[in-house]
Formats: sequence, C-alpha cells, structure tokens
Amino acid sequence: MSNIAGYRRPMAGTQPNHLHPPYASSVARSPRQPLVYLPHTLSEVTGPIVGPERVDVKAFDLTKQHKGEPLGERIVVSGRVIDENGRPVPHTLVEIWQANSAGRYLHKVDQHNAPLDPNFTGCGHTLTDSEGRYRFVSIRPGEYPWKNHYNAWRPAHIHFSLFGPAFATRLVTQMYFQGDPLIPYDPIFNCTSDEKARNRLISQFDWESTIPEQALGYKFDIILNGRDSTPWENK
Amino acid sequence: MSLVKTTSQTVGPYFAIGLTWLNKSDLTAPGVSGKKVTIEGRLLDADGKPIPDGLIEVWQANSHGKYAHPEDKQDKPLEKGFQGFGRIPMDGNGCFRFTTIQPGPVPGPDGKPQAPHILVSVFARGMLDRLVTRIYFPDEPLNNSDFVLNLIEPARRGTLIARKKGEGLEWNIVVQGPEETVFFNC
Repeated sequence: MSNIAGYRRPMAGTQPNHLHPPYASSVARSPRQPLVYLPHTLSEVTGPIVGPERVDVKAFDLTKQHKGEPLGERIVVSGRVIDENGRPVPHTLVEIWQANSAGRYLHKVDQHNAPLDPNFTGCGHTLTDSEGRYRFVSIRPGEYPWKNHYNAWRPAHIHFSLFGPAFATRLVTQMYFQGDPLIPYDPIFNCTSDEKARNRLISQFDWESTIPEQALGYKFDIILNGRDSTPWENK
Repeated sequence: MSLVKTTSQTVGPYFAIGLTWLNKSDLTAPGVSGKKVTIEGRLLDADGKPIPDGLIEVWQANSHGKYAHPEDKQDKPLEKGFQGFGRIPMDGNGCFRFTTIQPGPVPGPDGKPQAPHILVSVFARGMLDRLVTRIYFPDEPLNNSDFVLNLIEPARRGTLIARKKGEGLEWNIVVQGPEETVFFNC
C-alpha cells in the first residue's frame, strides 16, 4: 500500500489551545510539551462506525422520553454536517446532551439548586441522512452558574459529539443560542482566538424549521475536517 | 470551496448523560481470534491527581491488522463481532480498564508495517479539545522500527508503551509534568 491522503489540519486560531487560563480547570489538565505532528496513516483515516442497528430512531426527540412533557420552551435544532470541502457527511452519528430548562443536569455532580425535571433526561442521538442533515427536538436549556470565577454563568448550550468518517475527524463541541447575553463573558466560548470560528458555534433562529404553535427552530451546521486531495509525502 | 472545521469545546463534567449509552470496555466477543489482553491505568493531571471526570475512546485493528472500516482495502479477514471501538469512562479514582484483542500490524508510509498499536482519544472537563495518543505493546520487535515512535525523542517514547502487570498491561495517561505522555497533533 502506498501513502494515503490524510485529513486537513485546522487553520491557526480556529481551534482552542489546550491551555486557556481563563478556563481555570484547563491549567492542570493541559499538556506542556508540544504536540507531536502525526502524519495520517490507515489508523487515522479509518474510524469507528456506529450504524443504524445501534441507533434508536426515537432518540432524536428529547421531549418524548418520559410519561409527561418536559417543562420549558420547545425547540427544533437542525442543520447539516459537511466537511471543509463542502461535501455532506452522510450516515454519521450525532450525540447531544444538555441541561433542563431550569439549568440543571441530571447528573450526581450537578449540585445547582435549580429543580430537576422528571420528564427530561437531556440526552439524544441520531444519524445524519444521505445529505448530512440531522434534526433534534428538545427544550431550550437554561443558563446556570458555575464556580470558574466570581458570579460565573454558562450561557445556554447543547453539547454535540460527532465521529465523522475517520478517527481524525472526531469532534466534540457546544452549540449556543443567538442573542444570549452571557456568550461574550464565557471563557469556554472564548477559548478560540479566531472570532469568526467561535461565532460559528452560535445557532441562528430559523423560521423554516419552526413548527407553528409548537416549537421554535434553530439552525446549527457542523463542519468536519476535509480530505486532502493529494497524499502526503514521506520526508 | 474551503470551509473551516467547527471549533472544539470541552465535554464538561456531565458527558455521562449523553455518552454512556455507547460505553464499551470489552471489545472482544466469542469466536474472535487473537490474544486477549486487559489494559488498565490512570488518567492523571499536572499534580499527579486522578481525573475522575474523564473518558477515553480507543480505536484499533483486529488481530490480523485489519480495520472494520471501508477505507481498509487490505486483503485480510474481518472478524464478525470485532468492531475495534471502545468508550471507557474513568471510575471515581481516575482509573480505566478495558479488555481487547492485541491488534496485528497495519501498514504505515510506503507500506512498511507499523508496530501494533491502539489509538486513544482523551476527553475530560478542563480539556478544550481531545488529547490524542497511542498505546504500544511491550516486547514487540516492530516497536524499534515503528515510524510514529521514531518521530518522538527517545526519552519520551516509553510513555506510549504499556508495561506488564500481572496477567495484563498497565498504561497511564499523564496529562502534564515530568512523566507527561506524548500527545499528537492528529
């Protein structure tokens, strides 16, 4: 087997550094040695595939996992997963998790004194379709305080996890909401120096996906690494 | 058209809500060939403190050196029941443990075999992006000629090679400090 085409590396400033001191817990949990550049081999251009046999087709709707309806404002979050070359990423797993409408996670570590919602777990997953489209129904998560600094509050957000086609394309990120006044003050949102890149984490209100008298729509497109067109050369 | 990859963000402390359903710490299955091996270790921060709110994902070839992925066109057998993917959360003491099959060698640049290895992604609260590393196996003759290990200064190569411990292997992930594990720009 000869050399193979790898995936493109991020442009400078468009991904966070591991160390971002305003996010206090990154200080002891980030390496100090420089990362070693790893040319992509068969190991990195392959990756886990979670197929339809593993996926619960109802898991896209976070409002229908319990007997009753969760409290809060119903939302539809949808978009496309494409690569840096503009090609759709079809049939790939998208996993999400989030706080409830009061800003509380169903997790033993979350001791915020906002109420849990017996009708809301806050996790979902789905596969993109053949055009890379995905769609979730949920409720708008609440903002919540955290202890990073004095009077610190996280803006409303939904966590996203994607595999894409290869080990090299793995992505975990967070989606924010247009107009949230807490966004400019959030050290996690601000960990990426490139302003355009971080602003793409903000979903946009979208009339088209809004369901009349039912749920407001938010659009969030996700971009994964594009493939290089030529194989890298061995030095 | 050239777009830019979406910015990574931390998994935060509550990833178990969304990611647990796909946890897998035993990659083996009845009838899968190869040498079964259990790998355990700890995820440690700059102060040597365990990171209990962390998660690793592993990806590897089967015992023949074949990945369960359409891009692997090698004429080697796939093994039904072996997908090569694991997702393993840390326990309350920052420890992980998983059981798998020792992978066979896969081709590297110019078709030369790479030493058997497992790819690892590390996620945790406080990590704004995943950390990527590899696990290699002790007493493996191909380690000396492995092109990835040879990208690393000799004094640090050992951080990627698991050690024998009882019947299994031990391999720790040290995020920062004198024993810092080698992490890759992947």
